[in-house]
Amino acid sequence: MTGTTKSSSKTVSKTSLAASLRRAFGRLRSFFRRKPLDQELNDEMASHIDLAIEENMRRGMPEEEARRQALVRFGGVQQAREQHRETRGLPWMDILMQDVRFTCRTLRKDRGFTIVAILILGLGVGANVAVFSVVNTILLRPLPFHDAQQLVWITGNKGEGGQSSMTYSVDAYEDYKAANQTLQGVTAYFAFYGQGDYKLTGYGDPQPVNGVPVAGNFFQVLGVQPKLGRLFTPEELVKGGRPAVLLGEPYWRRQFHADPNIVGQTIQLNKTPTVVAGVIPATFDFGSVFAPGTRMDIFVPAVMNDMREWGNVFFFVGRMKPDVGIGQVQAEADMLFPRFYHSKKQPESKGDYTGTVWGLKEYVSGKLHRSLVVLWGAVGLIMLIVCVNLSNLLLARSAARGKEFAMRSVLGAGRGRLIRQLLTESLVLSAAGAVLGLGIAYAVVTWLAHQGSIALPLLSSIRVDASALGWTLVIAVAAAVFFGLAPGLKMSSGDLQESLKDSGHGASVGRKHDRMRSVLVVSEVALACILLVGAGLLLRSFLHVIDIDLGFQPQRAAAMAVSFDDGNKQENVGPVLENMLDHVKAIPGIEAAGISDMLPLDRNRGWNLWRKDRNPDQAPETGTFVQIVTPEYIKAFGMRLIKGRDFSWNDSTHAQHVVIINEYLARREWPGQDPIGRLAVTNGEISQVIGVVADVKETGLETDPGAEMYLPITQWGPAGAELLVRTNLPPDALAASVMKVLRQLNPGQPATEFRPIQHLVDHSVSPRKFFVLLVSIFAGLGLFLASLGIYGVISYSVTRQTQEIGIRMALGATRSKVQLSVIGKTLRLAAIGIAVGAVLSFVLARGIASLLYGTEPTDPVTFAGMVVLLGLVALVAGYLPARRASRIDPMIALRTN
Amino acid sequence: MGDSKLDLLQGTLDLMVLQTLAAMGSLHGYGIARRIEQISGDEVLLNQGTIYASLVRLQQRGWIDAAWGTSDNNRKAKFYSITETGRKQLAQDAAYWERLAGVMGRVLAMQNEGGGQ
Repeated sequence: MTGTTKSSSKTVSKTSLAASLRRAFGRLRSFFRRKPLDQELNDEMASHIDLAIEENMRRGMPEEEARRQALVRFGGVQQAREQHRETRGLPWMDILMQDVRFTCRTLRKDRGFTIVAILILGLGVGANVAVFSVVNTILLRPLPFHDAQQLVWITGNKGEGGQSSMTYSVDAYEDYKAANQTLQGVTAYFAFYGQGDYKLTGYGDPQPVNGVPVAGNFFQVLGVQPKLGRLFTPEELVKGGRPAVLLGEPYWRRQFHADPNIVGQTIQLNKTPTVVAGVIPATFDFGSVFAPGTRMDIFVPAVMNDMREWGNVFFFVGRMKPDVGIGQVQAEADMLFPRFYHSKKQPESKGDYTGTVWGLKEYVSGKLHRSLVVLWGAVGLIMLIVCVNLSNLLLARSAARGKEFAMRSVLGAGRGRLIRQLLTESLVLSAAGAVLGLGIAYAVVTWLAHQGSIALPLLSSIRVDASALGWTLVIAVAAAVFFGLAPGLKMSSGDLQESLKDSGHGASVGRKHDRMRSVLVVSEVALACILLVGAGLLLRSFLHVIDIDLGFQPQRAAAMAVSFDDGNKQENVGPVLENMLDHVKAIPGIEAAGISDMLPLDRNRGWNLWRKDRNPDQAPETGTFVQIVTPEYIKAFGMRLIKGRDFSWNDSTHAQHVVIINEYLARREWPGQDPIGRLAVTNGEISQVIGVVADVKETGLETDPGAEMYLPITQWGPAGAELLVRTNLPPDALAASVMKVLRQLNPGQPATEFRPIQHLVDHSVSPRKFFVLLVSIFAGLGLFLASLGIYGVISYSVTRQTQEIGIRMALGATRSKVQLSVIGKTLRLAAIGIAVGAVLSFVLARGIASLLYGTEPTDPVTFAGMVVLLGLVALVAGYLPARRASRIDPMIALRTN
Repeated sequence: MGDSKLDLLQGTLDLMVLQTLAAMGSLHGYGIARRIEQISGDEVLLNQGTIYASLVRLQQRGWIDAAWGTSDNNRKAKFYSITETGRKQLAQDAAYWERLAGVMGRVLAMQNEGGGQ
């Protein structure tokens, strides 16, 4: 028995499932064929009635009675029609369409409200989607490599200090590659590439090209396939092998006009015929991952045997085996790295290395985590303010529509139906706002993606993608429910009779509305206050950062990569460069000129310096930043010589080796003594200290300077040459004449442009500037919205109290008294909001303490400033309605009702 | 009971329509309504108009078909007829109703015995 029941119920469920599906489909089809189906039903019902009349008449009724009876037995024609529609179609869709149509009609009627609401929403949604796109790209989305979670970054010295302390030698690279068990592959790229290291000739003037040497397996490990051609072959990776180059897609498009035939051809790079092996697709943007804010044009093979004696040159990137975790790679690195050699020719160079393993993603964007979360929080606050503002607007509207809703309720609309209608309204509004917001976000994101100079990783790949669209949907719906529900519930729960009687002036329901609106305004002011305090703190930090003593003068200084021909003899370098600088200095407008092989905030290199009498076993662990410079570079760069002298052209290869150190080194090596004339060991050579200069911000504005030394270009081989000029004219105006001089001296001088030193500084502060700018914009938006909210509430209450004010004025209240009372009310609301906001800010500011520089999270100046600013804005927002109130003519106010 | 009529239980009208079509073959809406009224001895409270919601529901489930045709006395009308799946469904539903009616009968009989004073 039970068995049969079961099996029969199963077949029932199977057939009924098929039947339900058929039915759902039928309903959907019916929904779109309303007109013909209605027509058919009408015909059918008409024939029904006719048949009934006929039968009744056959039974002997007179026609009139037959018709009456037929209609009675049929029941309500309209009900039957409605029932039919509900059964066959999608009744909720019908209602929805009806609501949407009705909403569009009412919104069109109330145009001012609609425009303001959609604008506010658009701004809120736009800010949110734009920031979400940034957050999504930098923090949430995996890096643009296949199985990007397998990629790791391995760095020396725990990732601290200069590039020299984070990098490894060729011997260490080869040993790690051979010994590790946890990685599918290890690869490396050369850390000390510079802007315009390469020179393309044969296409008009020599062109500077940004290139980086990479290990032969670089693209395989990252999983990047060439767009055209092939990757490097073994014979291109050995010493003396065939020179080859891979072009980045943007460079290929720019320089070679996307000519596919360039692959396989030979181009002149640094005067060497080099074969173009292939084109690397634009989806791999080296700069955006490894060196944010810079551009990479070409990739060349790193030939290991050429670089073996160059010391620490490589950054390591690895790909973990599929079932291996970072912990295992780290454990292995802890064991392996101390066994590696700086150089195997020096057995004592073993044991200096450590390896710290990071997920590549974490390494690239980990530092930005907190900033981005704060940014996200800021736009979240904006969205809250937007919602509160709209709730406020809708409440004001609902007060005016109270009667309409009461009337509909009396006519039979259920409470659910009314709330549904109101929610539909807010959904339609937020949908329109979302569309506008998406437009705004799209514009902002497109703009951001082209800000190549902002040093944020992955910025170029930012776009409004599917997840951003999903996010928009979530925000829009959440906002609609949030700002639509409160007024909806409020309105539909009102007492019908009261609403119908309520003339809208001073009745109890109105009072309740008033209180709710005040609460909304207070919370709006509080939210705006949090935003303003946060922005204020970040802004003050930013001002501190740009006011930092850099140790040099970036203003009116510019640099240009130059090439010179010394015939590969160190003793020629001095005379060649002295001649070049003499010519450059002769150009009118140039105040000073010098050459350095590297520039601070651009790229760096670390060697060692300690006093000669120091026990080598106690040598300091951290490296010393080195710049190899010409005489007068220190002056041209605007550095301060504290003691001693600058280099001179007489500090030749045969003379005593000399060095200039910074104050930090002087303090470290010769505390309390005069370092001038003392001897130091600089990278193994004995040098005499001849000068002390002020500390220079080498790696970043917010990083305290460490040990820095300067060596004469006449005694040490430079790694490149940056001509630095200090001018009293705009550098661009001088570029042509400088270039002409350089070309006369060396026809192979590539056509480069002056890089203003200020750009290096700007580049270094660009992430902070970016965040400050965005947070300030959001704070401004918040302030604006809050003031709009205050204005709305006060202005509305003045309108409602017109009569009351009229009476008071008729009884002798002066204009100023009326004004004061309105402004007093405004300030009361604002004061409560500011107090709440200040307390919340005080608590929340600790969360951004790590983003501040030289500013306490409780900075009294910021807090006071924001309180005053908010108070002033509230005053203005309240003054306008107050003025209107004071101009009320008692006679008119009392007459009109 | 007098002249108070039975309210139709949810879903019973669909079953009546199916049975009517199974027994009578092709019929128009008015014919179905009249037939049900006659069979029930006018005990069922049926607004004839409500039959059309039932008809469209059965049609959407694929249990009945419909086509326009002409009645005996030459009137245009929409004629309904039961489909093969409709017959299967009818058999299932009828069996269910009979079982339910049997159970209800037994339960109510038990109450009469136990509760009789």
